[in-house]
Amino acid sequence: MLIGLAHYLTVAAILFTLGVFGIFLNRKNVIIMLMSIELMLLAVSINFVAFSVFLNDLVGQAFAMFVLTVAAAEAAIGLAILVVYFRNRGTIRVEDINMMKG
Amino acid sequence: MAVAVVFLPLIAAIIAGFFGRAIGDRGAQLVTCGALLLSAVLGLFLFRDILASDEVQVIPLAKWIVAGGVDVAWALRLDTLTGVMIVVVTVVSSMVHVYSIGYMHGDPSIPRFMAYMSLFTFFMLALVTSDNFVQLFFGWEGVGLMSYLLVGFWYDRPSANAAAIKAFLVNRVGDFGFSLGIYAIFVIFGSLDFGTVFGAAPKAVGTTMEFLGWQVDSLTLACILLFIGAMGKSAQIPLHTWLPDAMEGPTPVSALIHAATMVTAGVFMVARLSPLFEYAPTALAVVGIIGGTTAMFAASIGMVQPDIKKVVAYSTCSQLGYMFAAAGVSAYGASVFHLSTHACFKGLLFLCCGSVIHAMGGDQDMRRMGGLWRKLPWTYVTMWVGALSLSGIPPFSGFYSKDMILDATWASGTAVGRYAWCLGTLAAFMTAFYISRVMFMTFHGEPRADEETMHHAHESPWVMRIPLIVLAIGAAFYGYFGYKYFVGSDYASFWKSSIFVLPQYDSLAAAEEIPSLVRHMPLIFGLGGIATAYVFYIADPRIPVRLAAQFRSLYLFLLNKWYFDELYDWLFVRTAFLLGNGLWKSGDGAVIDGLGPNGVAAVTRDLARQASRLQTGYLYHYAFAMMIGLVAIVTWYLFPR
Repeated sequence: MLIGLAHYLTVAAILFTLGVFGIFLNRKNVIIMLMSIELMLLAVSINFVAFSVFLNDLVGQAFAMFVLTVAAAEAAIGLAILVVYFRNRGTIRVEDINMMKG
Repeated sequence: MAVAVVFLPLIAAIIAGFFGRAIGDRGAQLVTCGALLLSAVLGLFLFRDILASDEVQVIPLAKWIVAGGVDVAWALRLDTLTGVMIVVVTVVSSMVHVYSIGYMHGDPSIPRFMAYMSLFTFFMLALVTSDNFVQLFFGWEGVGLMSYLLVGFWYDRPSANAAAIKAFLVNRVGDFGFSLGIYAIFVIFGSLDFGTVFGAAPKAVGTTMEFLGWQVDSLTLACILLFIGAMGKSAQIPLHTWLPDAMEGPTPVSALIHAATMVTAGVFMVARLSPLFEYAPTALAVVGIIGGTTAMFAASIGMVQPDIKKVVAYSTCSQLGYMFAAAGVSAYGASVFHLSTHACFKGLLFLCCGSVIHAMGGDQDMRRMGGLWRKLPWTYVTMWVGALSLSGIPPFSGFYSKDMILDATWASGTAVGRYAWCLGTLAAFMTAFYISRVMFMTFHGEPRADEETMHHAHESPWVMRIPLIVLAIGAAFYGYFGYKYFVGSDYASFWKSSIFVLPQYDSLAAAEEIPSLVRHMPLIFGLGGIATAYVFYIADPRIPVRLAAQFRSLYLFLLNKWYFDELYDWLFVRTAFLLGNGLWKSGDGAVIDGLGPNGVAAVTRDLARQASRLQTGYLYHYAFAMMIGLVAIVTWYLFPR
């Protein structure tokens, strides 16, 4: 069986969906939320690379590198915020983080 | 001179009222008493001049209202009727002023009191000297205002305030009728001048006008409306309820306003308007029926009241009924005659009551008096003069005037006249009974007050005694000397044109030829009343107690004043409160506030609460909302429209 573009896109879509559901259904931990966001970014990266190969255009792969960089920075900042948040409030449970409630 | 008589009290009132603090209590008393005494002396001279001249004098003072067809001027109309009223008002008022010096001794606001009294006298004089309906109304409302202020003089007493408001409100009912009557007069005659209206009165007979959708005889309508005003002012049934309550005021006020002058304004008005009332026989019948009924009704209540001032107040009510009964059978002369004798003896009785109350340290309940005659010899003697005069015992003044009224009612020969005679004669018995009861309970028998009060009981100072003596002289001899002029042989030359009686209704002339039994009936009834009171309260004091127990419902009926206050409370006060409550709760509270401010506020708050529920604060909700939005936008662009 030849592995084609459609397979890559399917995997990426599955990953993206997993990420989305990870955000919405997760009630426990902000870290899981961050990981879900990483998953979604990865899904996007896979799409970039797959289309780059399919269209013979290197810009897609360059963009994938950018996404990875941004993802790394974002993960670092996100975890740093979490640490500070935990120090301040003693919890990072999602249902406790609702200070913006009207 | 007439101007001085009328305006001296006003000047005194202004001085005492505005500069009372500067001139002090003594100064205020001197100014007002001096002005009133001067006014009384001038009034007597003025009366002599009026009697000497044949013409009706009108002294114009100033233009007042000139608007379209209305042309009203300030003017003094001087004829015999006015002259009699001026003398009565100024003499009684000056006596009451002098008496007040003693009675109000120690009161913190004497200048205010004296100013009110003088101002009242001015308004009363303006009323009796008026030359047109508007000026009459001015004086009418002025005395009403002063009555309000003086009844509520002790404004720190809630009962006095309530009584003042009640007097004012009940009078409003009457005054509404009075002002409607004035409008009716203007519609009929196109003028408010007494001279013009009286001249045109015969031509208005038989005309009709529309009132509340009915065609009614215009003169009858106007007269009845005006008489409603008189009913309010003169405390006739059913507008009498304010007078007994008005006894909350200081006793000199009761003597001046609620016995001698203001309450007789209604009688004066009917006599003054005799040229109108003569052409409205139906209205006269109403006057007679109301008067006769009130005479009997008020006297019956007076028989059982325990408060000494209340008895005299109901007596006033009853005597005013006599006056209206006389006016109702066209005996205006007898009506005004009784008005003037009544001013003497009722003013005297009230001042004596004041003296007794003064001696008892403010207590007004006769059940705690008795045996006072040794302590108060002057008051005792003068009050008996007043009492006998009121009872109609010869040769005191009341005998002449009251007998003349009853004779005239009988002599008129009409059904109304006979009705008034029956009730009036019955009332004569009751009158003699209740006033003797007052005398016996207050002055005779064993003292029922405690030792302390009896020890302090003392005769009043001279400044209070002299007015008593002056009025007692009036109550004793005035009737004998006045009889010839007011109702007797010199009737026509005395009244001249000021009182108008159609020849066919002249009951005073007819009163000469009535059966002697009828003539003496009131006297017999009066003596019977005194004898009954003697048996009840001196010979065997247990009889009234036993009677009260036996006829308990009747006794309570009388004691509670025929339940008029309760009836009005139920009929008007309660309904007014219910209506007010309903409008307040449902009308204002529910509808206006509910839909208005409160409703808008509630809707805004609800919307805000709904909106704030969207802001849960949970991250994933915001994320979900973002995604929904994203999906929606993408969908929007993905599918071609």
